[in-house]
Amino acid sequence: MKPDQIAARLTPFLERETGGPVSIANVRTMTGGATREAWSLDATVHEGDTPRELGLVLLIFRPGGQRAFSAHDEFRLLAATRAAGAPVPKPMFVGEEALGRPFYMMERLSGETIGRRLVREERFAEARRALPVQLAEALAAIHRVPLDGRDALDFLPRPEPGKPVVASELERLETMYRQITVEPHPAFEIAFRWLAERQPTSTDVALVHGDFRIGNVMVGEEGLRAVLDWELAHAGDPYEDLGWLCVRSWRFGVDHLPMGGIARREELFDAYARASGRPVDPDVVRFWEVYGNLRWGVFTLVQVRSFLEGLSQSVELASIGRRTAETEWELLNLIEGKGF
Amino acid sequence: MQDRPTIYELLRSVERFLRDDVVPATDGRRQFLARVAANAIGLVERELQGEAEHAAREWAGLDALLGEEPMPGGRDALADAVRVRNDALCARIRAGEYDAASAARTALLAHVRAVVRDKLLVTNRAYLEADGDLG
Repeated sequence: MKPDQIAARLTPFLERETGGPVSIANVRTMTGGATREAWSLDATVHEGDTPRELGLVLLIFRPGGQRAFSAHDEFRLLAATRAAGAPVPKPMFVGEEALGRPFYMMERLSGETIGRRLVREERFAEARRALPVQLAEALAAIHRVPLDGRDALDFLPRPEPGKPVVASELERLETMYRQITVEPHPAFEIAFRWLAERQPTSTDVALVHGDFRIGNVMVGEEGLRAVLDWELAHAGDPYEDLGWLCVRSWRFGVDHLPMGGIARREELFDAYARASGRPVDPDVVRFWEVYGNLRWGVFTLVQVRSFLEGLSQSVELASIGRRTAETEWELLNLIEGKGF
Repeated sequence: MQDRPTIYELLRSVERFLRDDVVPATDGRRQFLARVAANAIGLVERELQGEAEHAAREWAGLDALLGEEPMPGGRDALADAVRVRNDALCARIRAGEYDAASAARTALLAHVRAVVRDKLLVTNRAYLEADGDLG
């Protein structure tokens, strides 16, 4: 879709939604993912006679693609996490007919998301001091979101009924791996065995963000502004999010600070225990960190598949195929007790 | 035999063009992709240099774990044979043969680590450097 088409189609949609005249300007493409297009736009809406400027992000869901839930579901998810006190962009409008494809709009926030900058640049030094507690508090809020009852988030992937939450996640990951891999990976086989033998006996099921890491949060010089990228959210073990945050790839080279290249693990554990009231057993998070490195390894295989199958010629996707070895290396470190 | 420049000299010239000319002349996403492309060229160069040695090491490691077999000549035949042997190794791991602490498990971990290390020497030496594993 072209910028002027988007503006032309969204203007009557927003006029219906807001009950007043609307003008749209500055429609620009942002970096989109494989499953959605992202646009930035400014809308002037009216409350009575008073004009109001809205800076918006428009997410248009591409047809096909692997996706657990719809634009409408994701809109509800953002509203629910915001209501629980997590810093999340405010969801504003949701629709389908206006653009011929499902979409939603949320408030546009400013800040930095590029991990390489966040872990290194001097201007984020204060943010790095604040982030461990802020990220822990955001996670605690996300994990408090009610999954059932009124406004149930019943569209989320959940553990299989009657199956322990950890076993469900492991099985899902292994199934994905077996479907997607074109080559044998002994390191991954070793990791699957290691994990299978050490499953924590968790029973607690909460809203898990599923991709909570440096790179998927928006940060200002003062600290955390918003948690983004919700497409991997699911009902699962809350400690999964803590382990994922410590996966080596999200340290952007600052490896002596395992929590996202900005803090020690213990800072996260203490702050999360205080914010959530849930005790943190380091062995349980260690399990999820190993799981997380394996999961990222499987995701690199997923991403390179679209290159191997000729769906994309992107040199970036092609190169991701050669990042699998990084996760194999880190898994061996962790399994042999060298990474903790 | 082809005339000079050698494969390495050609690759280096393409890499230098991407890094010194294309990267500074672009911005945003295109600049990022130009850098990724330059890195990919550097990777190919290191792979060509290390290929024979890395393949021999992987084959010898598989021999030690699975029993000796003659190593096939030719790049494609070798790649196929390594895949078949790794499939066999993976099947053993899945069957639980290496679960318990044992000499076999130690040998398995050392072999897999050596193979992954060789892959990283080609794709991301910084990982090894950070872990003090560059020797």
